[in-house]
Amino acid sequence: MYLENISLINFKNYDELNLKFSSQVNCFVGENGSGKTNLLDAIHYLSMTKSAFHAVEQQTIRHEAPFFMVQGQFIKEKKHHIFCSFQSGQKKVFKHNKKPYEKISEHIGDYPLVLIAPDDTDVIREGSELRRRFFDSILSQIDKDYLHTLMRYNHILKQRNSLMKQFSMQNYFDKDLLEPYNIQLLEHARAIFNKRKSFIFRFSPLVKKHYANISDGKEAVELLYQSELDMERYEAFFIQNIKKDLMMQRTTSGVHKDDFEFMIDNYSLKKTGSQGQQKSFLIALKLAHFDVMKDDKGFKPLLLLDDIFDKLDDKRIGKLLDMIANNVFGQLFVTDARPERTSRIFEHLPAEVKVFNF
Amino acid sequence: MQFASKLIEEAVTEISRLPGIGKKTALRLVLFLLKEEKAITQALSHALQNMRENIRYCDVCHNISDTPICTICTGHRRDQSIICVVEDIPDILAIENTAQYNGLYHVLGGIISPMEGMGPGELNIESLVNRIATANPAVQEIIFALSPTMEGDTTAFYLTKKLKAFALKTSTIARGIPIGGELEYTDEITLGRSILSRIAYDGK
Ligand SMILES: Nc1ncnc2c1ncn2[C@@H]1O[C@H](COP(=O)(O)OP(=O)(O)OP(=O)(O)O)[C@@H](O)[C@H]1O
Ligand SMILES: [Mg+2]
Ligand SMILES: [Zn+2]
Repeated sequence: MYLENISLINFKNYDELNLKFSSQVNCFVGENGSGKTNLLDAIHYLSMTKSAFHAVEQQTIRHEAPFFMVQGQFIKEKKHHIFCSFQSGQKKVFKHNKKPYEKISEHIGDYPLVLIAPDDTDVIREGSELRRRFFDSILSQIDKDYLHTLMRYNHILKQRNSLMKQFSMQNYFDKDLLEPYNIQLLEHARAIFNKRKSFIFRFSPLVKKHYANISDGKEAVELLYQSELDMERYEAFFIQNIKKDLMMQRTTSGVHKDDFEFMIDNYSLKKTGSQGQQKSFLIALKLAHFDVMKDDKGFKPLLLLDDIFDKLDDKRIGKLLDMIANNVFGQLFVTDARPERTSRIFEHLPAEVKVFNF
Repeated sequence: MQFASKLIEEAVTEISRLPGIGKKTALRLVLFLLKEEKAITQALSHALQNMRENIRYCDVCHNISDTPICTICTGHRRDQSIICVVEDIPDILAIENTAQYNGLYHVLGGIISPMEGMGPGELNIESLVNRIATANPAVQEIIFALSPTMEGDTTAFYLTKKLKAFALKTSTIARGIPIGGELEYTDEITLGRSILSRIAYDGK
């Protein structure tokens, strides 16, 4: 699969842009602030239906403009034309071959990509929410059922939290009313837990393999899934927590509290890992993501590398280039603020390299 | 839209408040009334006013009614032993149109959704329980015809709990209804079939 072309209107700093891509390597070069990352984000839209960087759609519209539009054509045996537009105050429109999706979430996973961006080490250093989002995003792309279960879980959770708030504020309690929420929440939590658990079982060896390759195998890394649902008789624990839930006015236990811990030589990577080790681990996570997508879809996802050459040392860059040269990846999008570095790096690559200057 | 007459403009504005009617259609209706005899307009406004002033809701099932108790509740041929619980009045019309159901109804007036501030207290649940407790002949069966959503399931579950004391057969209409589709818009054949093939609800 590859993205053949893209066209933008009023997308971030672009008023209008039309590009035709190479099916192999594409480099976006230009000075800081020239719009390289924005273009990667437009590609992200076509794949994931949303921005990689902000949750608010409005921020994607070019300042002062009334709407934005992104269109592109993927080649995956046949041609797939994807259309996305958003006007402030209205619902986002998303179409496949001119036909609007009934639910936009149906699109996710059909044209997968993996993005490696400078801020991504946040997934290692920040709170558990970012890690849940990271794994949920991968799972949603390979398993539509997972995405639906997760969306339903979040909906039930919202209703149950509202109910807890009402109970606590109006100082009453109705066991019969709470019970359906408990049952439905537990049922969905169990399904999510099982899928996360078996996913990590599959994902963890891939991360170890890539980390060993990138770091020349000096340290041993580990990836642990932590969930309250792992305990025996979790359902009883959940019910015991109702008193606490009432006091806190929300649901204090469940898969929305899950975390994933990254270990290096048996210590927390977050607390003790060096910057270089954290970067290597991040690349290993992303490459494992790439592997999983490739295996599940039967084709290679797009790979987007934002500012990687600035952030990585020569040794790690060398490892990545080896992989590119060995045809590990499919279509590639790379940004760099320094054109001479890019041309030096890709000079000897046996691939079609197309350079776009901004 | 510019009108030569303030009177016409006023009439158009009022009519275009109705769902599904834009200014253009409203103007066409107004011009039609102007062309016809005065009596037509008088009859129309009288009927509307009369309807609005005198309409009431059935004391028993909360359906729309001209009398304190509606014609379904008092109907001689109606099976008094079975009650179909619906969210709203249009659901009754949809089910009646299938001509597959001959029991009574109960309109909840909504569905349980804490997020939207809809709790059991906002719905006609107490009157349902009282109705079943005092019914003569006794009610034997309850059918839940609620939307196939988490909120619909929750409401059915809650009602089942509240009705546990009365040895009733409870069932929910089969999900021939498309997910997310509301009862009001479901075609009559699908709904008729699902009324016939309702599945027992155990609400474990
Ligand atoms: N909604 C928007 N409307 C107009 N311009 C925007 C909007 N959002 C971002 N920009 C502009 O886009 C530019 C940033 O683009 P981008 O982040 O793609 O740069 P870059 O080429 O990746 O730079 P760097 O090399 O520093 O990473 C900034 O000048 C910013 O003002
Ligand atoms: Mg950038
Ligand atoms: Zn009645």
